[in-house]
Amino acid sequence: MSTEGIRDLLAAHPFFDGLPETDIDLIAGCGINVHLSGGQILFEEGAPADTFYVVRRGRVAIEMHAPQSTIVLATHRSGDVVGWSWLFPPHRWAFDARAVEDTSAIALDGACLRAKCEDDTDLGYRLMKRFARLATDHLAATRLQLLDVYGTPGSTAS
Amino acid sequence: MNDTGPTRVLVGGPMVPARHRVAGVFREMADTMTLALEPLDSDLGPYVAGQFNMLWAFGHGEVPVSISRLPADGRPLLHTIRAVGLATSALCSLREGDVVGLRGPFGTGWAVDRAKGGDVVVVAGGLGLAPLRPVVLAVLADRASFGEVAVLIGARSPDALVYHDEILSWRQRLDVDVQVTVDNAGQDWSGDVGVVTRLLDRARFDPGGTTAFVCGPEIMMRFAAAGLLERQIPASAVQVSIERNMKCAVAHCGHCQLGPTLVCRDGAVYPYDVIGPLLAARGL
Repeated sequence: MSTEGIRDLLAAHPFFDGLPETDIDLIAGCGINVHLSGGQILFEEGAPADTFYVVRRGRVAIEMHAPQSTIVLATHRSGDVVGWSWLFPPHRWAFDARAVEDTSAIALDGACLRAKCEDDTDLGYRLMKRFARLATDHLAATRLQLLDVYGTPGSTAS
Repeated sequence: MNDTGPTRVLVGGPMVPARHRVAGVFREMADTMTLALEPLDSDLGPYVAGQFNMLWAFGHGEVPVSISRLPADGRPLLHTIRAVGLATSALCSLREGDVVGLRGPFGTGWAVDRAKGGDVVVVAGGLGLAPLRPVVLAVLADRASFGEVAVLIGARSPDALVYHDEILSWRQRLDVDVQVTVDNAGQDWSGDVGVVTRLLDRARFDPGGTTAFVCGPEIMMRFAAAGLLERQIPASAVQVSIERNMKCAVAHCGHCQLGPTLVCRDGAVYPYDVIGPLLAARGL
């Protein structure tokens, strides 16, 4: 897919909604279109975080493996962005990510985009604000998940 | 008085339980049952979606339980009950043919009719789907009267989903967007994992013309309401059903008081512009 094609896909994606066209152009230059088969691993815990994914179709699970099992922490679908460890040192993934089903995404080269953000700090700031919002949304959701609200019976039956 | 005559059952008054026969028992989860109930003494209806009854397990106690299906067309009244204490455990142990006492119906209901002509978003968490089920059934039964319909369901884990088969049948319809997410799952679950509020991003609705119906654990409802308000749905168009310690159910005992309101009388369904500030107040 051409850079123009990537550009159009990014411009239509809610995560990039409202960014200046020049930003979209710069970001698109770091992206390629990818198709992932169900079960395919996107990245693994501890590995260098050099790519992140803008999900177009399908579903991706963020997972943590334990000796006896693998726990799914969250899933991401169309409209979601998977991964922000590429943005922060030490640039290593904290979790695993796996395509739950056949998935289409735009893979963005984190090192490429970091370099562009260093060169163009306005782009960097705008992008950082979006990833900060993404991270705080996920933090709030994770806190709610940790509360295990369904596991605490109320005073009444239903 | 004729001691040898048939026992006269006192019927009437909101404090007098009317006997109901258990016409069916359906296991939803290990600790959760749905009871189908048929009146023996008198029919307490008509019922409104969102109301609750006081269910009396004889010898054990009485608890408030939401109506999870209204009786209609020969189908019995349904209540879904989770065994969390003495009375609820006794209710969950009932078998077909057993008898329970019912008082009710009590409380306000979901304003489903007010949602007509607009979009509908139902947000259910855990057993919160039980009181919302009559809303979903009413909307689906009169589907042409509503715009976009989204039913967003959250549960603790895949095996904690109630009404599993019914949810599947809703998902097979093309005119309703049913999304399910769980908080915890293994790799054998191919659906969504994450809190139910995350599904709001994926639901289609016109905020200015949407009515939202929300029920679940109170923390989940606060987050869901915040998410709906953030998406520009007015607080007055967000209805929530809350739980408090309903005892008498007729606004006398005060156990269910929440600030200036008695939940058994003024709730359990409230518009969020009324109840939201009370839910946000510490210590209430």
